[in-house]
Amino acid sequence: MNGFVRQLRPAAVALAAFTLVCGVAYPLAVTVLAQLVFADEANGSLRSVDGRPVGSELIGQQFESPRYFHPRPSSAGDGYDAGASAGSNLGPNNPALAQAVAERVASYRTINGLSDDVPVPVDAVTSSGSGLDPHISLANARLQAPRVAAARGMEVDDVLVLVEQAVDGRHMFVLGDPGVNVLVLNLLLDEAD
Amino acid sequence: MSPSGFLQAVLLVVALGVTVPSLGRYLASVYGAGHTTSLRGDRVFLPVERRLYRWFGVDPAREQRWSGYALSLLAFSTVCFLAVYVLQRMQGVLPFNPTDRGGVSPQGAFNTAVSFVTNTNWQWYSGEQTMSHLTQMVGLTVQNFVSAAAGMAVAIAVIRGIVRAGGSTLGNFWVDLTRTITRVLLPLAAMLALALVSQGVIQNLDGSTAVRPLDGVATGQAEQLIPGGPVASQVAIKQLGSNGGGFFNANSAHPFENPTGLANFLSLWAILALPLALVVAYGVMVGSRREARVLLAVMAAIWLSLSAVTMLSEQHGNAALAELGVDQGMSADQVGGNLEGKEVRAGPATCGLWAGATTGTSNGSVNCMHDSFTALGGLAPMVHMMLGEVSPGGVGVGLMGMLVYALLAVFIAGLMVGRTPEFLGKKVQAAEMKLIVLYIVAMPAALLGFAAAAVLLPSVQAGLQTQDAHGLSEVLYNYASAANNNGSAFAYVNTGTDWYTTTQGIAMLVGRFFLIIPALAIGGSLVRKQRTPVTAGTFPTDTPLFGGLIVGVVVIVAGLTFFPALALGPIVEHHAR
Repeated sequence: MNGFVRQLRPAAVALAAFTLVCGVAYPLAVTVLAQLVFADEANGSLRSVDGRPVGSELIGQQFESPRYFHPRPSSAGDGYDAGASAGSNLGPNNPALAQAVAERVASYRTINGLSDDVPVPVDAVTSSGSGLDPHISLANARLQAPRVAAARGMEVDDVLVLVEQAVDGRHMFVLGDPGVNVLVLNLLLDEAD
Repeated sequence: MSPSGFLQAVLLVVALGVTVPSLGRYLASVYGAGHTTSLRGDRVFLPVERRLYRWFGVDPAREQRWSGYALSLLAFSTVCFLAVYVLQRMQGVLPFNPTDRGGVSPQGAFNTAVSFVTNTNWQWYSGEQTMSHLTQMVGLTVQNFVSAAAGMAVAIAVIRGIVRAGGSTLGNFWVDLTRTITRVLLPLAAMLALALVSQGVIQNLDGSTAVRPLDGVATGQAEQLIPGGPVASQVAIKQLGSNGGGFFNANSAHPFENPTGLANFLSLWAILALPLALVVAYGVMVGSRREARVLLAVMAAIWLSLSAVTMLSEQHGNAALAELGVDQGMSADQVGGNLEGKEVRAGPATCGLWAGATTGTSNGSVNCMHDSFTALGGLAPMVHMMLGEVSPGGVGVGLMGMLVYALLAVFIAGLMVGRTPEFLGKKVQAAEMKLIVLYIVAMPAALLGFAAAAVLLPSVQAGLQTQDAHGLSEVLYNYASAANNNGSAFAYVNTGTDWYTTTQGIAMLVGRFFLIIPALAIGGSLVRKQRTPVTAGTFPTDTPLFGGLIVGVVVIVAGLTFFPALALGPIVEHHAR
């Protein structure tokens, strides 16, 4: 016990010293460097329209109008609440998951004017891990393109060109998985109009 | 599995293969002859370290017996626990709290303080909704460094017990702790943090920024609050130090923690690099690369096979969704698979690879939600933790666990041929075996004991997602995570209740100190022994045969302990459809 008590002083001083080094100096130094070198990324990759920030390129946001591409279902708060990142955490066999997916499949087909035998891409009817997924799959975007084109009076092919521009591919061809950035795509659409 | 998913795993193995050997040799030099010989970087680090030792009031040249080493570790952990506890309780009245978070409840603060001091980083709470920026920075980030460094220090002390003959001391805890932080963790973390920022991980000191979403009128969402905070600096060390506690609730599934395929890859590398490099350092310290290679091969074999199970099972998709008109197939236009709880940018294979890395180590960060895994996809990470996290295990503690299994394997081999077992010339006798049994039994006792108690409580049952096999899987996974200091979760369950915060807090303490202290004692017992000469009858421990024997011991010990529980949980769940 004596040994333990004797070690408390170095313990307390060590914690204080490492708090200054690792808890203050380190994050502040990284912050300063990050703000100097990668200011846009360090501050959230925000995008603006007419000088007003409309969102982060990395954080998904809700779209419901027919003239915009729609993101994936979200379990973050009431949907795309960036202050409450969360997945549904529903287990694979949970009836609640099957029911939610069945409803989303039906509504996806209705919104996009698809017949009942068109398979719906899985990303369009499942909620992401963060609830803030900024991407949808290319398959999902292709199925939404005719609806968006019609709502905007654009040619479907012109919309599909923009879809291709909004693809974030795999890094070095293998790292991660590709997706269409919904906010970037919708900003491109607004510009094109 | 998609070709790119497979290639990604190959690329990870290559990246580790290229970097880990030199990192390991560097680690060995950091812990090696220490302050007596000069080392690259001494000019920068030595003056700082000397000043620190003076402040601590310790003599760096004075080495400690195993008991002194353990007491230093315990004293340090106690002080850390108290500091993190008080910080959380008082964060509401402390400065640097732009998101205006109030104090944390006593049980919640207890759980979190234990969690970060034991290198678990179990999070019963939602990061962005509970912790102030001050708590995240000077409380949790600091523990990410020091708890990782303490784990590495212990592993090195145990190795010294094997290497030294006829001695009594295992090194100086304060020196090992300090050098790990200054020479290993801080430089690596700073570089990784900047690399992550370049990919879009945020690093600022702001609260939230309000933006006006494009379709706000139609959706009724007039504004979205984009979070701010010193995220990259915390994510970097959470990956390097086997910590895993995220800044945000969604952890590395959150786009601000893990925005791109490259960020994901760097994080995976960081999760695995130091645990593997320590094995290389072990090889250098015992003077035999072949010894290290055997352990590395055992770790890689277990890690890669269990990762593959999750990758394949998740890519195969969820059978329950197939009949609903959902296309889970893989094509050029979509990654497919079971995407519930997964991000498009980190699909089934990317996520399965991560699940293997995070549970093979004691990291516990997640880039997708494990509770939504298919039954087999979730079984693999659960088993990975139940193996005691030795493939490759958390920084330090993973190697420590693997050495204990290696000692057990030579003991069993010795029994088979009727010779006194030896490991690297040290006789393994009754004293060591008693400690090994204590080490092996502690984690399963905490895991199964609390899990059994939990499923008997109506209040706990009511909190499970479903009262069936999946519910049992949730209980098993979450106690496996706590007792192995992992930190990942089947997160449907609200573990913020008094029952969970208390019992999981105790499980985390058992999983840390009832393993570290016996391991140090083993080191203390071995260090006194003389080295017995190698003869024709010595069982060689640097051969594939011995590697196979270790795999057998690891699998059989865990299998005998956990198979009945697993059979009722994920295995029944798999066959339920």
